[in-house]
Formats: sequence, C-alpha cells, structure tokens
Amino acid sequence: MTTRVALMATCLTDTFYPDTARAVVRLLERLGCVVDFPKGQTCCGQMHYNTGYRREAATLARRTAKAFAGHDAVVAPSGSCAGMVRDLYPGLSRLTVGVADRTYELSEFLVDVLGVTDVGAYFPHRVTYHPTCHSLRVLGVGDKPLRLLRAVRGLELVELSAPESCCGFGGTFAVKNADTSTAMLADKMRDVLDTGARVLTAGDNSCLMHIGGGLSRLSTGVRALHLAEILASTEEEPWAATP
Amino acid sequence: MGRNPVTWLGSPAFPSAARTALADVQLRGNLAHATGTIRGKRAAAVAELPDWERLRLAGEAIKDDVLANLDTYLTRLESQVRARGGVVHWARDAAEANAIVLRLVREAQASEVVKVKSMATAEIGLNEALAEGGVSAIETDLAELIVQLGDDRPSHILVPAIHRNRAEIRDIFRATMPHAAQVSDRPADLAEAARAHLRSKFLTAKVAISGANFAVADTGSVVVVESEGNGRMCLTLPDTLITVMGLEKVVPTWRDLEVFLQLLPRSSTAERMNPYTSVWTGVTPGDGPRAFHLVLLDNGRTATLADRVGRQALRCIRCSACLNVCPVYERTGGQAYGSVYPGPIGAILTPQLGAGTDDGPTGKLLRSLPYASSLCGACFEVCPVRIDIPEVLVHLRNRTVQEKPAYDPEAVAMAAASWVMASPRRFRLAQRLLGPLRLLARGGRIRRLPWPASRWTDSRDVPAPPKETFSAWWRRTRG
Repeated sequence: MTTRVALMATCLTDTFYPDTARAVVRLLERLGCVVDFPKGQTCCGQMHYNTGYRREAATLARRTAKAFAGHDAVVAPSGSCAGMVRDLYPGLSRLTVGVADRTYELSEFLVDVLGVTDVGAYFPHRVTYHPTCHSLRVLGVGDKPLRLLRAVRGLELVELSAPESCCGFGGTFAVKNADTSTAMLADKMRDVLDTGARVLTAGDNSCLMHIGGGLSRLSTGVRALHLAEILASTEEEPWAATP
Repeated sequence: MGRNPVTWLGSPAFPSAARTALADVQLRGNLAHATGTIRGKRAAAVAELPDWERLRLAGEAIKDDVLANLDTYLTRLESQVRARGGVVHWARDAAEANAIVLRLVREAQASEVVKVKSMATAEIGLNEALAEGGVSAIETDLAELIVQLGDDRPSHILVPAIHRNRAEIRDIFRATMPHAAQVSDRPADLAEAARAHLRSKFLTAKVAISGANFAVADTGSVVVVESEGNGRMCLTLPDTLITVMGLEKVVPTWRDLEVFLQLLPRSSTAERMNPYTSVWTGVTPGDGPRAFHLVLLDNGRTATLADRVGRQALRCIRCSACLNVCPVYERTGGQAYGSVYPGPIGAILTPQLGAGTDDGPTGKLLRSLPYASSLCGACFEVCPVRIDIPEVLVHLRNRTVQEKPAYDPEAVAMAAASWVMASPRRFRLAQRLLGPLRLLARGGRIRRLPWPASRWTDSRDVPAPPKETFSAWWRRTRG
C-alpha cells in the first residue's frame, strides 16, 4: 500500500533550509511514500500567534488548512509547526479543526504511522541530539527521534547532560529578550561542546538556526543539521550540503 | 484606584531588568546551584507517587469548582469563622486591607508585630504601610528575615533569599543583628543567630500577622504550611492573630484539603509531608490567640476571575515549582520580574492583578512580563494544579497587542508579514527579495545585520539564503 503524504515544508525551512525539505522528500520516497508539496502553503502562523497576533495567525491558519485540505497525512520537519497545527488550530477557527488530526512531525510519522525505526540511513559521525521544547512538551514525541538515530549505521550518539533545557530560541523571544535568550544559548552550547560531537541535530530548524547560529559565531566547528538530513543520508548517497 | 503594590515602584521593563541581572556573576551562580538542586529533588519526590497525574487533575478540578462557586464558599467560610469566635473583614484592594490591619494593630495597642511568611501581605505592601503608621513588622521566616534585614527585595516565592549565598547572609547578619557581630558563615551558626534574634520577639509580641495557604469553608478552619516552626510560634503565642488571605485560597471541605497537602510539599520543597502544618478554627479559650481576624483580600482577583483564559492563574497554590524549572527565571532571578510574584506564575499573575495601575513605567513593566518566556512549557509540565501557563502568556500577549496603536512599529511589521504570508505569490516574491542578502555572507553565514535584526546577529550568525528555495526547486524539478 502506498502512503500519500503532503509535505508541510514550513516557511523557515522552505526559505533558508531547502536541503532539509529535499531530505524529507528523499527519505519518505525511499520508504515508499508518494510525496506531494501543496503549492498554497506559506506559513502556519505560529510566530504571529505566539507573539500575540491572534487575528493574523487565524488568517494564516485558515490558508494553511485550505492548502492541505484533502490530504490524508501532513508531515512537517518541525515539532513547533506541527504542534501549532495540532494543538492550537482546533481552538483558532472552525475551519482549521480538520487538518489538526492529520498532521505529524517527521519522527512521529516515521515511527507511529510508517512503523519504522531503521530507515536504512548511514551517517558515520559523532552526533548529539537536542529535543526541542515543542516536540517534547506539545507533541510528546518522547524518544522517537533517539530511536531513529540509534538505528543509523555508523552514527555515534552522545546525549546532552541537560537535553530538556530550552535553547533560548522561543520565536520573537530571541529578539525581544535577546540577552536572556543568549544566556540560555550559552549554556546549551556548552552542553553541546562538552559532548565532543561534531554534529548537533534536532527536529526543528528554528532551534537549530539559533543554536547553530551561536556555534557558528564562535567558530566551534560543530555543525547544526536537521534530523531529516541524517536520516536521508545513505552509503550510496551520503549527506552533502548543496553548494 | 491607587497604585497596586503588586509591582515595585520604579521597576524597569523585564528585558532591561534582566540585562542587569544576567551580568551579576554571583547571582547567576547562586541561582543555577539552587534551582538545579531543588529541581532534581522535586522530580524524585513526584516520581514516588504512582497517582501524581490524577492528583494534579483533582487539584485542578477542586480549584476550578472553587473559582466557579467562590461566592458560596466564601460566605460559608465567613459564617463558620464567625460562629467560632473569629472576625471576618473584606478588603477590595491593598489600601483597604492595609487600613484594616493597621486599625486592628492599633486597637491591640501594639507597636511591633511578628509575621508569618505570607505572599498576600507582601503583595499588598503591608510592612511598608504598617511602618508608615508607626508599627514595625518583623519577618520571622528565615529567608524573609534575610531579605528584610538586607533592605532587599524577595526573588522567589518559597525561598525569597534564594539569590543570596551564605557569605552574603553572614555579612547581613553581622551588620544588622546586635549579637551576631562575629557570626561565621556556617549554616548552623547562621540559623542559631537568627533563632536568638527572633526568640525575644516571639515572647514579647502581642500581635501576629499571617497569610493562609488554605481555608476550609465547611468548618472555618485556616491552614498555614511552613518548614521552620517560626510560623507556629507566631500563630500560637501572641494574643491577637490577623490573617490576610487571598479570596481564592478557600477550599470546600477537609477532603479537598487532603489533595493539596499531597501536591504542595512535593512540588515546593520536594518533601513527602509538610513539616509544620498549622490549622486553627476561630478562637479557643485558654489556648492560642484570644482574638482572630480574617481579612479576605480581593486586590484584582475578581477582575482576573472574569477572564475566561486568565482565571486559571487563580488556581495557583504558590509552590514555586514553575520558578525552579523555568530557564528564564534560572538565569535572571526573581527581582527582574519587578514583583513579589516572579517567574512564570508571576508573568501571568502580576499583569492580571496589577491591571488597574497603568502609570507609564508600571504599564510598561506589566506589558513586558508575558513576553518574559520562551514558551518552552516546562512550567505547565510541573504545575501541581495544571495551570497552562504558556496558554495564559499568549493570551495576555494578545491582550497587549489589541491595546497597541495602529502605528506601533511591531504591529505594522507583523501586519506586513501576515499580508505577505497570506498569499503564496507574495511569499515567493519576498523569498526572492531575500536573495541579495547572499552578498553579505562569507562562508555561508551572515555575521551582522542592521537594527532591529542586529538583536539576533549580536550573538548569532544567520545562514545565507540559498540560491534556490525549496519551493523553487520543487517547481523546477517536479513542477
């Protein structure tokens, strides 16, 4: 049976991290899914919602719900965007209720819907994983991403000492309370560096943009890489950044 | 309405206060150590109970019932307290409550009162009001005493002196306690110095003032929960006892109380059972205080009750679990929140209780508090009465946004962003317009952008926009 999947790329990944979205397509197709990318999608409205712009968020949510109408499963490479759709859309508008139950974060979709933990990936690097707050506390993905990572051949997984501590991104929090956000970032970076990992991974490019932006600013030599890109990597087609 | 003392006069907005606190190396060390320790202990204490989640649900349900039927339970409490020899007073706001307490202290002909640790009296600025009326109030809780002697402000609900380490406490004691000029920084010595200092106060005070953790409507019994026993001294030795209690602290029956006596200690001090639980019912001839006054305090609570989403903040039992797990609180400490209620609960309670006082700086502080969170959700996860703090934070942010003028720069930017995002065509165009930013990049990263984006690039790089967005790639290859 073929599973048909609508990819919700998210505005951030579409714009700044096309490699992640391509990795999701490659991974899901490798696992036998038929992937569609509905053209009407833009942004789920999370930034507006969380900053207090509920009316604007509702407009964007209705557009998103419409873009994904008629698709059985919607998959987003983001715990916070999937969390927005699943947890908050039902309370936002009558028109945005339906899409909520059909929306999954990538690791949930792989483990719960497709029923796989070994996706046939190969990634011979020392990796640490940051469980993002919304994937953990809004969606409750638990250890699904870790189970996926543990099944990747060649990958050496080193866990953080305080994995569940927020990295300090928080959407507009990162600029409205930049000093506090940076203090949180500093502690997260210290934890990442202490593991000796060369790659930091997570299920959200927003948090990765934040932690990765700090790691890059300090020229630490640690790369921030979305979980999808690790899972898409194989011996035949190993991970490589698009130049 | 006058100024609501729930916020401290002259406190700056959160981001600015946080900046100062973050630079305090001593404070950062003290906080990281203290919150880290209590966090681990709480997790262990909670893990012992197999029915913890059901207890939380029960706590939530009882509090919601109380809030929905507050009039019934409060009048029941009032008549029961009266029937057992107590006197009940109703105070609309801080000024009324302070005036009632000052009048009662004067009637008892006291110029000095001993106090049990209490958030309600701190919220209304009672000590300052009593001082203005010529009455000195002595805090008997060790941490409150440290704050009071240091002429300081509290920074935590349960442990108001959490920002101090023992060397700092030694210096405060040496400077302010007549018999402690040589005291060491050993915890036992510090406790002994405080004990000697307080003992004479307990024995001579004619009036004690307390708050209340709970009051049982069925029997008119009032409950104070504490760890040191100093509260018990205040509640039993003086002739007159005055209790200031927030309206929402009433519970219907003793069976309801039982739920909270399980939830509270494990959440706040990580103890299985609370060490000193004092319960009194009116007055008892020959035993304890001869006069008992209960002051029921509104001070913004009924206004908060009217808000469908915001009212859940009134379920709070002041355990501090949300402070201890909050990544923001852990780094800024409590004083940055400009109120006796810091941390996540303060960020939703203070703006609601203080909503009436919108003088310029206070309004700015109150509007900044709901934004003092990354919405990580750790607070909701530990809250023993399941207050969805992130939900209330976002709700209060929305309230702030609705009050913004149309020309507010942020509102204009957000409206523009949503206009762009509302159309795939406009969104694709905006993505193309970002392309030239690549010219600023070296090695795939942008290190500096002008204000307001500089607030990001001050500490973080930005990835260079790719040559081709994902949607453009999809169109080109799969069209």
